[in-house]
Amino acid sequence: MSYFSDIYKGIKTLLTGMSVTGKYFITSKKGAITQQYPDNRDTLKMFDRFRGEVIMPHNEENEHRCTGCQKCEIACPNGTIEIIWDRGIDEETGKKKKKIDQFVYHLSMCTMCGLCIDVCPTDAIEWGQNFENSVYDRTALTRVLNKPDSKLMKGVED
Amino acid sequence: METEVVHTNFKSEEYFINMGPQHPATHGVLRLLLTIDGEIIKKVEPDLGYIHRSIEKMCERDSYQQIVHLTDRMDYLSANINNEAVCLAVENALQLEIPERVKVIRTIIGELTRISSHCLWWGVMGMDVGALTTYFYGFRDREMINDIMEETCGARLTMNYNVPGGLMLDIHPNFVKRVKEFVAHFKTKLPEYDRLLTGNVIFQKRTVGVGVLSKEDAISFGASGPVGRASGYSCDVRKHHPYSAYDKVTFTEALKTEGDTYARYLVRIQEMWESLSIIEQLIDVIPEGEHRVTTNAVIKLPKGEYYQKVETARGELGVYIISTGTKNPYRLKFRSPGFSNLSLLNHIAVGGKIGDLVATMATLDLVIPDIDR
Repeated sequence: MSYFSDIYKGIKTLLTGMSVTGKYFITSKKGAITQQYPDNRDTLKMFDRFRGEVIMPHNEENEHRCTGCQKCEIACPNGTIEIIWDRGIDEETGKKKKKIDQFVYHLSMCTMCGLCIDVCPTDAIEWGQNFENSVYDRTALTRVLNKPDSKLMKGVED
Repeated sequence: METEVVHTNFKSEEYFINMGPQHPATHGVLRLLLTIDGEIIKKVEPDLGYIHRSIEKMCERDSYQQIVHLTDRMDYLSANINNEAVCLAVENALQLEIPERVKVIRTIIGELTRISSHCLWWGVMGMDVGALTTYFYGFRDREMINDIMEETCGARLTMNYNVPGGLMLDIHPNFVKRVKEFVAHFKTKLPEYDRLLTGNVIFQKRTVGVGVLSKEDAISFGASGPVGRASGYSCDVRKHHPYSAYDKVTFTEALKTEGDTYARYLVRIQEMWESLSIIEQLIDVIPEGEHRVTTNAVIKLPKGEYYQKVETARGELGVYIISTGTKNPYRLKFRSPGFSNLSLLNHIAVGGKIGDLVATMATLDLVIPDIDR
């Protein structure tokens, strides 16, 4: 007798499970869960805080906010950031002042922990939303973030 | 009178097979050296170290702020809770007063992490015993939590949202709305989990009575988390040593006494309900205030030894710091739940079949980077 009750129970639980999957089979519309990347590239927008890569924003006059204090370099756990700096003469005061020559960022070593951006006193660097970082040669992942001939924005002190 | 037939062509003897390190059921690079007789398991020897990254040693090199992001990479499914453990240890050592807002937000995010970890486990558990559909359903619901995390913390898996002293950023304006949406959504989906898998006859035949762990063994092997609680060992750190805002919420510790694979399954399902209830209690009462206490740029812990334990999705994670008063710890030891839970695998798998071993391992919920560190 238990033989038949086992068969009944088996079929019943099977149908209970299939009612769940069957409901989705009938009701779900195409693209309900999956995103059609990369076809949706035009409409794909990442969240504001998404950590894709470290960028250094410049304004229209090719000026950035980095004073070269090297706090980010010290905060980074992996040696991702290297600041090559120099002493230049400040136009207003005529004194020697630290300025960055190259802000080198090794994306290949970055773990996206956010400590550099957290520690920056002048908000010179921030997160970029680009996540398509695949390249054919890993040297392409070493980037200089400050643009050529860029200068420090006026009034930015650390 | 019957005479015993002695087979000369076939001998019964033990032999070894390797399960892993690339076996899908080991969920990572874990190698199990099985001694089997036919299909009966005689001995299970885990072989570890395939992805050992010496995180504990790297912690001795790093400052206390930098240590936090390494813990993301241990138990990556409960990354936020790992972060919290280190931050709590450092904050307790510095005797910092943490704002209520931070405590509540940490608790909510910790419980979201627990649900997301259990969602993944549920999907993979079903897949291990042969039900592929569960994998997609588990990941569907996990995706919503990942989106919440991405919006508030900036990353989906390795958040690094906690810093010693609070949170890196305040919660996103959409956070509360999205969490409420998720709770409402998940409440309708969790009964589906039961209908799809829990009551299924095939699933029950695979799990009930398999891999039984007694309460005494659970205690002596140092089992924690759902594995210990399924054996009747009340070991919830949130209940016994409340941290963050767990002393303000009411929830029941999921306990079962059977100790088999099915009991461990049920404990985790019940934990998801409890987590939902904790989130519901806190989401409307997030206090106003600061999201961060300013600490020194270089944190130096006073000389001494500090221990902090938290309940991750897998069990008790302990952070043990020895400080000599410098900016780096002299020694930092993680007591990871996965390591202790793996140690009892040999005990409960012996005598079973290979198929039972897969089901047993699925409910131990091993995360290999947590074991290897």
